[in-house]
Amino acid sequence: MFPARAHREYPHRYRLEAGQCKKCGKVVFPRRLICPVCGHREFGKVILPDTGKLVSYSVIRVAPSQFTDEAPYAIGIAELTNGVKLMAQVADCDVDNIKVGMDIRIEFRRIQTDGHHGVLSYGYKFVPKWY
Amino acid sequence: MVGIVGYGAHIPRHRIKVEEIAKVWGADAPSYKKGLMLTQKSVPSPDTDTITLSVTAARNALLRAGKVNPVEIGAIYIGSESHPYAVKPSGTVVAEAIGATPEIHCADFEFACKAGSEAMFVCLGLVKSGYVKYALAIGADTSQGAPGDALEYSASAGAAAFIMGSDNLLAEAVDTYAYMTDTPDFWRREYQFYPQHGGRFTGEPAYFKHVTGCAEGMMKKVGMKPSDFNYVVFHQPNGKFPMRVGKMLGFKKEQIEPGWLTPRLGNTYSGSSPIGLTATLDIAKPGDMILMVSYGSGAGSDGFVWKVTDRINEVRDKAVRTTKLLDENITFVDYGTYAKFRHKIRKND
Repeated sequence: MFPARAHREYPHRYRLEAGQCKKCGKVVFPRRLICPVCGHREFGKVILPDTGKLVSYSVIRVAPSQFTDEAPYAIGIAELTNGVKLMAQVADCDVDNIKVGMDIRIEFRRIQTDGHHGVLSYGYKFVPKWY
Repeated sequence: MVGIVGYGAHIPRHRIKVEEIAKVWGADAPSYKKGLMLTQKSVPSPDTDTITLSVTAARNALLRAGKVNPVEIGAIYIGSESHPYAVKPSGTVVAEAIGATPEIHCADFEFACKAGSEAMFVCLGLVKSGYVKYALAIGADTSQGAPGDALEYSASAGAAAFIMGSDNLLAEAVDTYAYMTDTPDFWRREYQFYPQHGGRFTGEPAYFKHVTGCAEGMMKKVGMKPSDFNYVVFHQPNGKFPMRVGKMLGFKKEQIEPGWLTPRLGNTYSGSSPIGLTATLDIAKPGDMILMVSYGSGAGSDGFVWKVTDRINEVRDKAVRTTKLLDENITFVDYGTYAKFRHKIRKND
C-alpha cells in the first residue's frame, strides 16, 4: 500500500474513528463528506465499539499475492454492538470453525507488508471473542 | 509519589511444545524441558509483531488507567529487540493507534531483554521530574532464536504496558536502582537475523552477577530484605534461572511463582519481567510489596520496588488478566506452521 494512502486511513484503520451525522445521527464508517441518509455535511467523531457479532463471511482459498501466506482465511462482516457493520479479515480462527453469529472482538494487527522493503500497513481484524 | 496508573499485557494465542521443536532437530526433549524448565512457548501469528502486541497491551493499560485521556500521555517508549522497522519508530504507530499524538515524546529502546524495564525506568523519571503528566512504557518482543539453537526452545512473544503517573496510582514506585557492566554474553550484529550467545557464559558472570547485584543494591537502597516482600519478579530467560537466583538471594518459591511465567510462556525477552509484573499485580493485595529485577544481556539489570495501593482491587478486572491470556484459548502448532509463522522459510519475492 502506498504510504500516503495508508497515512490518510489511520483514523479509521488505527482508531476505529467513525463519523456521526449532526443532523440525523447516522454513524458512517469510514467517515464521509455527505450523509447517505439526509445529505447533511457536518459530522461529529465517534469511536466504534470493539465487539460485535459476525453476520457473514467468505473463505478465501486463492489469495491475492500479498496474502498468499495466510490462505485459507476468512473475510467477514460484523455488526458491532452499536449497530454499525464493517468488513475485516477474521484472524486467529480456523476457517472450519467460523460461524455466522459468533461473537468477535476487534484487534490491531498487521494487514499487509509491501515486500521486504516497503511500508508495513496496520489496522483492524476480527478475532473470536473468548473473554 | 509516582508509580503505575494502568497496566496491561498481551500474549499471542499460539503455542509450540518443546517436544515438537526437539523432534525436528533430533534433540532430547526431556533434557531440554528439564534443563530449561519449560514445556512450551508462545508463537506470534504472521500478522502479529512488536507493534501490534504493544497496541493491545497499551489498550489494556488504558482500560485499567480509568480516566486517563490518551492525549495526556506525554511520552511513549517501547523497549524491544524485534522492532519491525530498522529505521522508523514502533512508538509512533502505537501512539497513533491509541490516540496519543501529536504532543508526545517518543523513542524506541534497545538493551536486549531489559529494554522494557528501561522504558519503565525513564517514564518514572519523566513523571517524577514533572516534565510529563503521564508516560507510557512498553516491553514487547517477538523474539528470535536460531533454528536448532537452545534459544529456539524459549524465544517467544508477548508485551506488557504500564502508564506511569503521579496520582490515582495502583502501585507506587518506592524506589529504583540500576546495575550495569560491559559483559558480552548475547548479541546480534547488524543485518544478522538471529542473535548469538556465549553459552554457559550467559549464566554466572552475566545473568546471576547482574540480577543478584541489582537485587542486593535495590534492597540495600530501600533498607529491605527478601522477607519484607510479598512477591519478587525476575527476568526469565528460562524457567530455571529465576528460581535459582531467587534461592540465592533468599526468596521463597511462593514469592516468585505468581510472576514466573516462562515454563508456559517462554522468554518474551523485553516483555519478560514486565509481563511477570502484570501477572503479579493481577493477584496482589493493597499494601503488598513487590521487588522487580530485569536483566538484559550486554549486560545490566533494573530494579524496582513497588507498593500496591487500594486501587488495585478496583482496576484489576477492568482488562483481561495475564494468566487468562497465558492459559486459556490457546492453540498448539506444529513445527512447519511455526516455521511459516516466523518467516523461517525463504521464498521467492
